[in-house]
Amino acid sequence: MLEIKGLKVDLEEEEKSILKGVDLTVGAGEVHAIMGPNGSGKSTLSYVLSGKDGYEVTEGSATLDGADLLDMEPEERAAAGLFLAFQYPVEIPGVGNMTFLRTAVNAQRKARGQDELSAGDFLKEVRARAKDLKIDAEMLKRPVNVGFSGGEKKRNEILQMAMLEPKMCILDETDSGLDVDAMKLVSEGVNALRSEGRSFLVITHYQRLLDHIKPDVVHIMSNGRIIKTGGPDLALEVENNGYADLLAEAE
Amino acid sequence: MTALDQVEVKEGVDQETVDAVAQLSGAYKYGWNDDDIEMDYAPKGVNPDIVALISSKNEEPQWMLDWRQAAFTRWEGMSVPNWAMLKVADIDFQDLYYYARPKSMEVKPKSLDEVDPKLLETYKKLGIPLKEQAILAGVEGAENDLPERKVAVDAVFDSVSVGTTFQAELKKAGVIFCSISEAIREYPELVKKYLGTVVPPSDNFYATLNSAVFSDGSFVYVPPGVRCPMELSTYFRINAENTGQFERTLIIADKGSYVSYLEGCTAPKRDVAQLHAAVVEIIIEEDAEVKYSTVQNWYPGDEEGKGGIYNFVTKRADCRGARSKVMWTQVETGSAVTWKYPSCILRGDDSQGEFYSIAIANNYQQADTGTKMVHLGKRTKSRIVSKGISAGHAQNTYRGLVSMHPKAKESRNYTQCDSLLIGSQCGAHTVPYIEVKNNSSRVEHEATTSKVDDDQLFYCRSRGMDEEEAVALVVNGFCKEVLQALPMEFAMEAQALVAISLEGSVG
Repeated sequence: MLEIKGLKVDLEEEEKSILKGVDLTVGAGEVHAIMGPNGSGKSTLSYVLSGKDGYEVTEGSATLDGADLLDMEPEERAAAGLFLAFQYPVEIPGVGNMTFLRTAVNAQRKARGQDELSAGDFLKEVRARAKDLKIDAEMLKRPVNVGFSGGEKKRNEILQMAMLEPKMCILDETDSGLDVDAMKLVSEGVNALRSEGRSFLVITHYQRLLDHIKPDVVHIMSNGRIIKTGGPDLALEVENNGYADLLAEAE
Repeated sequence: MTALDQVEVKEGVDQETVDAVAQLSGAYKYGWNDDDIEMDYAPKGVNPDIVALISSKNEEPQWMLDWRQAAFTRWEGMSVPNWAMLKVADIDFQDLYYYARPKSMEVKPKSLDEVDPKLLETYKKLGIPLKEQAILAGVEGAENDLPERKVAVDAVFDSVSVGTTFQAELKKAGVIFCSISEAIREYPELVKKYLGTVVPPSDNFYATLNSAVFSDGSFVYVPPGVRCPMELSTYFRINAENTGQFERTLIIADKGSYVSYLEGCTAPKRDVAQLHAAVVEIIIEEDAEVKYSTVQNWYPGDEEGKGGIYNFVTKRADCRGARSKVMWTQVETGSAVTWKYPSCILRGDDSQGEFYSIAIANNYQQADTGTKMVHLGKRTKSRIVSKGISAGHAQNTYRGLVSMHPKAKESRNYTQCDSLLIGSQCGAHTVPYIEVKNNSSRVEHEATTSKVDDDQLFYCRSRGMDEEEAVALVVNGFCKEVLQALPMEFAMEAQALVAISLEGSVG
């Protein structure tokens, strides 16, 4: 599904290297977690994969089902099946949440040569998905993320994910700013989307999210590299001992 | 109008907008010129003879000619106003044509066959539905099988009105909707009573010039207690080169009546700037209500700022009667220069004025626009919502006056002025004038300036929208309150226009 090879990335504005050779392969239907201390390059990885400006790829490659991601515009990556759930979802004043969703869904359908979803079908679909995430009609009408609580924003990201039905989902610290109940709700939303053809890359600081979204593989990232890869136990180890031992081991 | 048969718009931008934009992709859609339509010009320049010629072409009575001549004499002593934040090259007022009409219109056509096919072609390109074209051309029976939602259209091509639809049906309701030249001939008492009472011939340089040389325009009279059964609409098109368009619109809503009026404008692409100096007067009697919506899409000039329409317009509504209401809504996307301040005189007690505006300036466009709310009556209310969007090298100024007179006790105004900047070469300016001369009135003014945010665009794009869709979405969100104030048909067109006029402004 997702294959990253020797990926090196600098900041565009200043000469600073953020990713220093990342190798990562996520198979179809797998859930991978990336953990690591602040500043290790986790969020940068998610931005580079989704095509945000401000980064320069100096070496390496990233492909989704064989297609070169790094060569595509952000919207082409989305149409190819990549989705990033933002750590800080952006507010768009005056644009109704429903309008935003419908525009996005139809833009992707169009890019894939599919017919647009009719207003009726779209409504039916969005209502069903929203209900699962306890998103009420009121929240669907409000402008995108404007005045949303932290939990509402994250639930809204998952709603977008559910509607867009991506192949490869990246969750960037989706657990940050969530209370226990909200985390449970969001995790259930994610778990409901798990399927054979859909993979997840879950970026998090904390093991507790991984209690809800059980990963197949856990990677530890530090200083722009993946320094250790293991099973779910690796996350528990981090939870108990912190990163210090792992970092020392890597050096 | 392309949007006539469209469905309702819900919130902000919709998929339809995006499609419309895709269809219209590219530059100014209405920029063709129909140079092969044979035109009948008066000689260049303006003088008492030209004024007399225009008057005689329209078969006007003596009193009208006298009125025009008086205005012309006054105009000669006036100078071009220069207080606006606009850089405008000097206009040689003697180097313009003041009267141009398609030759085929010398005698009003009796059937479709008699109308110059090229003129019909122009309507078709403007998107006025074919059946309405037939009606515009006065073909009998054409009114019978139209879609249910009706919009009566008056089309003004250069100097003359070329036809008004649904006149018969409107007449049944007692509503008069015709060209102003016809009104002067057919309803002289009404015209005499109201013309120049809101915008007097001495009002300002451009309005005075208009009073002397206006060639045509629309006239609406809604009798007491009548709710106009359909939207009324006028399409203005400047076609001929070096021609000034001076149309005059007069709308009278008698006691307890209601009318919604739409105005659309287009012009061909020309290298040389063209002048448009219109006057709109609205009189609103007791308990009456008028909605006036404009989608102004005059040619804005090219990317280097060459050509385009100079738009100097005086629009004013007089809420004469108690509890009368007026609502101006404008979407200004065109013109090289816009100088326009649709105003409300709130004379009647408890009268209300509202002004909703979107002004978009891209490339080298300049807009100095806003409103005047003059509170004279007790407990009068006004509301101003202005959304200015600047991109490219454009300058966009909001200029607004809120004036509470001593007798306007317990009156209120709320003003909200938001500016959105796209890129780093453009400018947004807000110039509010507030005068309060009594101690029981309240005036509120809020203003914001923001930039289209890269993070917003990336967020949209990461969900699959391309850059132009993303900009359209964000900007339409910014304009939402104003778009919602437009009648449905115009809202669609306006959304698309917003997107089109900002094309190429990012990236």
